[in-house]
Amino acid sequence: MSLLHLSEVSAFYGPSQALFRVDLDVAEGEVVALMGRNGMGKTTTVKTICRMLPAAGGDLRFAGQDLRKLPSHRAARLGLGLVPEGRRCFPNLTVAENLAAAARPGPWDAAAVARLFPVLADRRDQMAASLSGGEQQMLAIGRALMTNPRLLLLDEATEGLAPLVRAEIWEAVAALKRDTGLAILVIDKSLRELSRIADRAVILQRGETVWTGAMPDLSPHITDRYLGV
Amino acid sequence: MRRETLLNAAIALGLLAVPLWAWSAGEPFTITLATRAAILALAGVGLNLALGLGGLVSLGHAAFFGVGGYAMGILAHHAQTFAPLDLGLFTVAGTKSMPVIWLTAMVFSALAALAIGALSLRTSGVYFIMITLAFGQMFYYFAISWPAYGGEDGLSIWVRNGFPGLNTLDPIQFFAICYVLLMAALVLSAVIARSPFGLALNAARQVPQRVETVGIPVYRVRLVAFVISGTITGLAGALFADLNRFVSPSMFSWQLSGELIVFIILGGTARLFGPVAGACLFVALEHWLGGLSDYWHIYLGALLLGVVLFARGGLIGTLAGREVAHD
Repeated sequence: MSLLHLSEVSAFYGPSQALFRVDLDVAEGEVVALMGRNGMGKTTTVKTICRMLPAAGGDLRFAGQDLRKLPSHRAARLGLGLVPEGRRCFPNLTVAENLAAAARPGPWDAAAVARLFPVLADRRDQMAASLSGGEQQMLAIGRALMTNPRLLLLDEATEGLAPLVRAEIWEAVAALKRDTGLAILVIDKSLRELSRIADRAVILQRGETVWTGAMPDLSPHITDRYLGV
Repeated sequence: MRRETLLNAAIALGLLAVPLWAWSAGEPFTITLATRAAILALAGVGLNLALGLGGLVSLGHAAFFGVGGYAMGILAHHAQTFAPLDLGLFTVAGTKSMPVIWLTAMVFSALAALAIGALSLRTSGVYFIMITLAFGQMFYYFAISWPAYGGEDGLSIWVRNGFPGLNTLDPIQFFAICYVLLMAALVLSAVIARSPFGLALNAARQVPQRVETVGIPVYRVRLVAFVISGTITGLAGALFADLNRFVSPSMFSWQLSGELIVFIILGGTARLFGPVAGACLFVALEHWLGGLSDYWHIYLGALLLGVVLFARGGLIGTLAGREVAHD
């Protein structure tokens, strides 16, 4: 049974329809890549899952519960850990305070986050706004982990980061998959890294799921057709 | 030790030293000024939780100040007239006991804050400012039209309420009570700011939607903060009424809400001791400039303009640096 299940989900920004028929499943311990060109509805799908945008239609379930009836904070408490696009740490809180603000009981605590990202331990009393982009991304992932999620949603986790920092983030995501078995839904433009880390892929085009399958089945023909790479 | 911590300690000691000096020098009026500053600072500490930490610009906090004041006035009035307070189903005797009056003031201001906050916090920005102002004015006009307790003329209390073991008519002892309550409120405020609840409140001021996505109900966090804030301000209102031995509808006025915001901006928004520094500065200016001109508010306005334009961290921020958002 899927941990996250979306079936024919549609969503609107005001009068403009952004999602038409999104079908997506993530099982326990699975890493799924949500792919597509710019503006195809990947971030909108994540926002709809996290209840930041209401689903107009379709079925949207997490751990068997209908997410469409829940406010954003209740959905998060079911076990959705969001690392939003653009990081969005709490800028006027320190690293330690960013983590403490999100903390909920479970195996992930500040010490566990520091083991995953040692640089955060060195910066614990530093304001989030004064961190580098890579450090802010690590903090955003750490903050999501502090909620002890069942599913981690990584929206453009390495966007705009230096190659070395990106490698560090991907290594941490691989460690999460390998060591914790955490289910992850990841959005990124790096096909090479996604191929290495994801079990399955879902491709969106114009707000609609157009391809779903195992990562090894993602042929050059499909990537050329839907992703332009 | 951080510069701001040292500055806070200096302000706390300064506020204590001035009335002690006045006491030894036989200057009771100066003690009364310091008491007034401590009480207004207490009200400011309450508002600072909502405004500074939570970013909730309330123009209706005078409502809680007034509720606290009238709680004191009504209970003391019935105590001094020996007429029981008729609550319809039952009657209650008045009291001159400060702890009982404080508890009553805090309970009623908390209930008022819960009702006002529950409705106001469904809005944000300028709508929140206007709806809190509207609630404050509702209380103001209700007090004006309440003849049983003086209406527009207010209510004089010719007793000073008592505290076990203390002579509250002695200005220095009454100051000591107000000072201890102010320090207790500051400790509570510091504990809240460092707690996960305070961090969530602070984060919600910056990026509320992101706070929701980590599982924190922003509305509930803000409502609890608003109620704590109103409760502290209500306690200050009860002390203020005791200091003046007089309550009037002016305790509910929007000008008073504005003055509380002015203290916080002058002292430093979201700084622990910002309201204390601001209230001390305000009372000092009111005394000195008020003696020079009836239009002393013009100078206060110019000072406020200067702070907003050139010293946005207020007095504390200017002296201790601007890099830290809270103490």
